[in-house]
Amino acid sequence: MANYRDIIARYQDKPGGIIEAYHALQREFNYIPREAVKEVARVFRLSEAQAYGVATFYSYLSVEPRGNYIIRMCESAPCHIAGADEIIKAFERELGIKVGQTTPDGKFTLELTECVGQCQGTPVITINSVPHVGITPDQIPAILALCK
Amino acid sequence: MAEELRIVLRNADKIDASNINDYIKAGGYTALEKARRMEPRAVIEEVKKANLRGRGGAGFNAGLKWSFVPPAETKYVVCNLDEGEPGTYKDRTIVQKDPQTLLEGMAICAHAIGSRQGYIYCRGEYPYLVEHLNNAIAQAKAAGVLGDFDIEVRMGGGAYVCGEETALIESIEGHRGEPRFKPPFPGVAGLWAQPTVVNNVETFANLPEIINKGADWFASIGAASYPGTKVLTLTGDVVNRIAIEVPTNTTIRQVIYEFGGGIRNGRKFKAVQIGGTSGGFIPESLLDTPIDFDSMRNIGATLGTGAVFVMDDTRDIVDIVTRIAKFFEHESCGKCNPCREGTFRCYEIMKKINRGAATARDIDNITVLARVMQKAALCGLGQAAPGPIMTTLQHFRHEYERKLLS
Repeated sequence: MANYRDIIARYQDKPGGIIEAYHALQREFNYIPREAVKEVARVFRLSEAQAYGVATFYSYLSVEPRGNYIIRMCESAPCHIAGADEIIKAFERELGIKVGQTTPDGKFTLELTECVGQCQGTPVITINSVPHVGITPDQIPAILALCK
Repeated sequence: MAEELRIVLRNADKIDASNINDYIKAGGYTALEKARRMEPRAVIEEVKKANLRGRGGAGFNAGLKWSFVPPAETKYVVCNLDEGEPGTYKDRTIVQKDPQTLLEGMAICAHAIGSRQGYIYCRGEYPYLVEHLNNAIAQAKAAGVLGDFDIEVRMGGGAYVCGEETALIESIEGHRGEPRFKPPFPGVAGLWAQPTVVNNVETFANLPEIINKGADWFASIGAASYPGTKVLTLTGDVVNRIAIEVPTNTTIRQVIYEFGGGIRNGRKFKAVQIGGTSGGFIPESLLDTPIDFDSMRNIGATLGTGAVFVMDDTRDIVDIVTRIAKFFEHESCGKCNPCREGTFRCYEIMKKINRGAATARDIDNITVLARVMQKAALCGLGQAAPGPIMTTLQHFRHEYERKLLS
């Protein structure tokens, strides 16, 4: 696993590169570790509060540890009427966790999201940002089984 | 039978979108060459005369926007690919199917305003588009077609408000994506305080054909005051959930019944929300309205992004609007009071109505609150957030009254 200092250093000369650095950190760790926020603050010459403020403004970025597979359920209006609530309940049942939680083995995190721009195939979930469209509750065990 | 007219999507599914040679063989980059033989001023005049109006939702004349850019050493061209309006997938579709047309459009704008640096602000939810665009940019650079114009892709972070152009600029600069006070407008002082043109993907993607075929050709298509085509994305209870590109004088009814194939499962139409989740709800009686910007505004609705969210007769309008109110409560950036507090209270009152615990007094309160937000919010988010509430109170009031305590 890459060192967070090396990752951040790649973006330090890029104007406004802090958000790009956060994305790169998240690609590596699935979230932005607290010590990495401190390092970002140092490198981009911000207070730690400012650096933390940027990281937490964006819902796609997380400062909380997450699982290897981040499952996000879209709950915007088109997915809402297509049965997003039932899909959420089915995931919660199948994984034994609530929305916002991570399974004890660190494998899955379940989150809500707003529209991910795949509204031709509602309801939509993403697993590690890859969209899966037209999901029904009975498909969920098979979908989870694909996450090795 | 109404037919599609493809300007923006002219190459969609006809060329290999990951190969610039396919785009060039289809006539790509001839418009940029032509534009570069023209005086920058003349390019701006041509776009102004075409009356190409912003396709992101605001509908401002693109050429006019460019004409505000003052002389400066450094200027930026920024593409808004922060497609976050629920129900919208047009910019993703355009970029997936023909990324070079966007790059060519941006380069035409760069020549017109005298910019050497472009940015594409792509929403964080589309990482696969970032890769696709970086590949397209690398090919365009290798082919030498962009000349001295560079384009960099920056990734957003899942903040709806960053679709607002000054919030988007803040985000590229590496800050929290909170909108700025205007003026100054970005055309004068935008990215890093330099003159900056921000346009939507679809606006840029129209430019190559406008330059190639001329302003008069474009201005003669569709509705006179908002000419050209619009890419619409169909979703909800419609048979064909697809992206289409139609002349702007196409009616809502044609969109839903001729292109969309009508309502799913043989059900009846109840409502359609156009333009994204901030758009107005439209009842059956207004379906013969053309989709152009001004016709939609005249019926108290919006064209917005061109999302077409259809709801059948089994749908609970109040429940859907409550869900939408939650969206705005979540997406409000918190900078200004009318929006931060207003979206919170709107959601609170909508939940109360939806669970059957409200009285007529609550409807009066939310109506007053909505007016305050529309007038006093800093940016379009807070101003537009009450739109779904107000338009459903206007057209579907009985659905609210049914849920009130007697």
